[in-house]
Amino acid sequence: MNRPELLARLLIIAGILLAVGAPLYLWSRTPLIHARMAEAGGWTPDVLQAEVGKPLHLKITSDDVVHGFAVGQMDMQSVDILPGKVADITLTFDKPGTYTFYCTRWCGLNHWRMRGTIEVSGSLSDPSTRSGQRPEPGAVPLYVSLRLDLDAPHDAPSIPPNKPSAVNGQQFTDELPITNYQFSDYYRSHSPYQVFTDLSTTPLTESQRWDVVAFLWQSNTTPESLVNGKRLYAQNCAACHGENGGGDGVFADDLTTAGESSMQTMAGAMDMAMQAPTDFTDPRRMLGASPALLQGKILRGGMGTGMPMWGSIFTEEQIWDLVAYLYSFQFEYHP
Amino acid sequence: MELTRLPLLKSALKSRYPQLAVFIVMLVGYIFAILAGLIGTPVGSHNFSIVFVWIGWWAILILVAVPFFGRGWCAVCPIPLPGEWLQRGAILSPPDKKPKWLNLRVPKMFRNIWLQNISFLLLALFSSVLLTTPNITGIILAAMLFTAIGLSMIFERRAFCRYLCPVGGFIGLYSQTAPIELRINDKQVCAKCEGKPCYNGNEKGYGCPWDVFPGGLTKNTYCGLCMECLRTCPHDNIALNLRPFAADLAKPSARMDEAFKAFIMLGSAMIYAGVLLGPWGALKDAAYNVGSGAWFVYAAAFLAIIFVVLPGTFRLMIFPSPIGRGAALSPSKGAGVRAFAALSNSLIPLGLMFWVAFSLSFVLTNASYIFAALSDPLGLGWNLFGTANIAWQPILTSILAPAQTLSLVGGLAWSARTAQRSAQEAHVSSVPVVVYCFIVTAFMLWLLL
Repeated sequence: MNRPELLARLLIIAGILLAVGAPLYLWSRTPLIHARMAEAGGWTPDVLQAEVGKPLHLKITSDDVVHGFAVGQMDMQSVDILPGKVADITLTFDKPGTYTFYCTRWCGLNHWRMRGTIEVSGSLSDPSTRSGQRPEPGAVPLYVSLRLDLDAPHDAPSIPPNKPSAVNGQQFTDELPITNYQFSDYYRSHSPYQVFTDLSTTPLTESQRWDVVAFLWQSNTTPESLVNGKRLYAQNCAACHGENGGGDGVFADDLTTAGESSMQTMAGAMDMAMQAPTDFTDPRRMLGASPALLQGKILRGGMGTGMPMWGSIFTEEQIWDLVAYLYSFQFEYHP
Repeated sequence: MELTRLPLLKSALKSRYPQLAVFIVMLVGYIFAILAGLIGTPVGSHNFSIVFVWIGWWAILILVAVPFFGRGWCAVCPIPLPGEWLQRGAILSPPDKKPKWLNLRVPKMFRNIWLQNISFLLLALFSSVLLTTPNITGIILAAMLFTAIGLSMIFERRAFCRYLCPVGGFIGLYSQTAPIELRINDKQVCAKCEGKPCYNGNEKGYGCPWDVFPGGLTKNTYCGLCMECLRTCPHDNIALNLRPFAADLAKPSARMDEAFKAFIMLGSAMIYAGVLLGPWGALKDAAYNVGSGAWFVYAAAFLAIIFVVLPGTFRLMIFPSPIGRGAALSPSKGAGVRAFAALSNSLIPLGLMFWVAFSLSFVLTNASYIFAALSDPLGLGWNLFGTANIAWQPILTSILAPAQTLSLVGGLAWSARTAQRSAQEAHVSSVPVVVYCFIVTAFMLWLLL
């Protein structure tokens, strides 16, 4: 074999090895977390490991549409994960435990299924840095201690003719013994309808009693809570329940259709209406529900209805903010 | 004008080294594109395989290479190279006398471009998926490479390029319009030449890989511009010429495989414009959801438009009366078929300009993806050249509609002129062909604008 031929062969072999070897090597050295719509697999991998106090560097890319990344019960801004782009995220955990990471963009009908876990090992690095991170396990939610049956019907037997007004209700409160109703424990464990009933001993008309209930509900929250609840609702709930709470979010029709098709295989075992997102503007439903009941539904989820469980995502404070905001679909609060 | 009179150019073309350097770059790029398709991000707009093949390469091919250099791409295409090198047992050295592999002749029934028509249509039917899905692109690129290798082991010369390559078929068709040609200087020299080394090879090079005897070349369609004949010709009788555009169409071909290629390309450009650029979501869904009922309807419609509607209408227009159609079939059936095939050559310039107009649209829209894919070809978060974060932005959008209009109207005028000449040769009127071209151009204008 002459020299030019030998050189040509060597060059070609080197070129092929370079074309194959270099990208394969670099590819194998760049582990990525892939985000795909839940129907296509969700997060891959969906279980991550970390150690307390050691930064966890993540490179995340989307293989299809825009997703978002956030870790539940952690004080962090969600990060957009763009198709074909790589987002670099660094997390540091100061407490051991199992954390849930989830998609924060409405990526598809099963968006809420896009969840994974981060298993953080080690011991508590600094006991004083608990704020903003998940609470100690073992704290019993209010709906559990009250033994509420989350799936039992809870419709209010009667509803107000108009949206009750907190402004109107406030003017009656000076003359009424309502101090007990203003305690947080009372508010959280009673539905508006129960308070409306308790107020039946007063000389107020039904309409006035509903206005007082509206005032009590507003006095148990703050403008900051409502703003935070509204933000959480817009980010996480409106896709199904609708921007205005009417159960008519962008995925509502698809959820209903999915519910109908699932009925065909489940031989009527599940109430078809359960698949449709709850209408928070329905007074019969909302005025019969206590804050604790709503907390339970958010924490636990809808158990097969399409409503995800948020217990691993939201902090307790965030859930109460959200609950407070949900009642704003029923009551006219003063600014 | 004979370009090979320029000493520098001639020696560059005769030498194997410049070509080899280009070959190596192309082959490395091609293999990298396969790999990027298979292991890179599945997001097409950020994957090297999609961006560089279907945006970068396609733009160069259809907007520059084919219109100005004909089969210029085939001269540097990496797909046949590994097979050809294995077939020869060498890269630069002269071939052995004894073939290393089966070295069979391609059966006569396949020595046409029907297989290329079919392979193009197969890809065209899946194009919505192919053009957007990196791993499918990677698989197809790899399949073409290995098919070319396999065919080189079985058949002589470049059987894949000549008879099967889905791209080579239309490049050959449209290369007739290019202002460049490889021809002989003196027929008598070729007639007297012993051994015909340009076809059979000698110690200076290989016999024509494209199975063409340069002495008989009258059109560009099957000459791959590989320059082997320039190296092997002992009489310095091979020339690379500059010429007027579309010179080959002055003497139109009467082959039905080439005639149908013209309809396939014309129809595909229109269908692509409708599917990929049009506002019809249902049509896009049907084209994308391969295997669904809607896709089968789409595929059937695609084939019907290309094989029935377009050629059928053309035939009815050029032979409008039953007597005329009868004459086309019998007793002078051959003459009628030849006239049909010859007149369909008039559609070649129009088809090319359809593709130019269509390609301008998506190339200008998507060209900015090239910068990001250059720096991060696999979508792994790299930024090799600092361009990874350049955002997508359509470019030169203000000139798009005028450029497309100019292309289509220019193509119409070009085809009309070609039709006049073809009709004269076929002894029929050119008016129906011009009207046909006008109708399809108006339709394409509506689709694009």
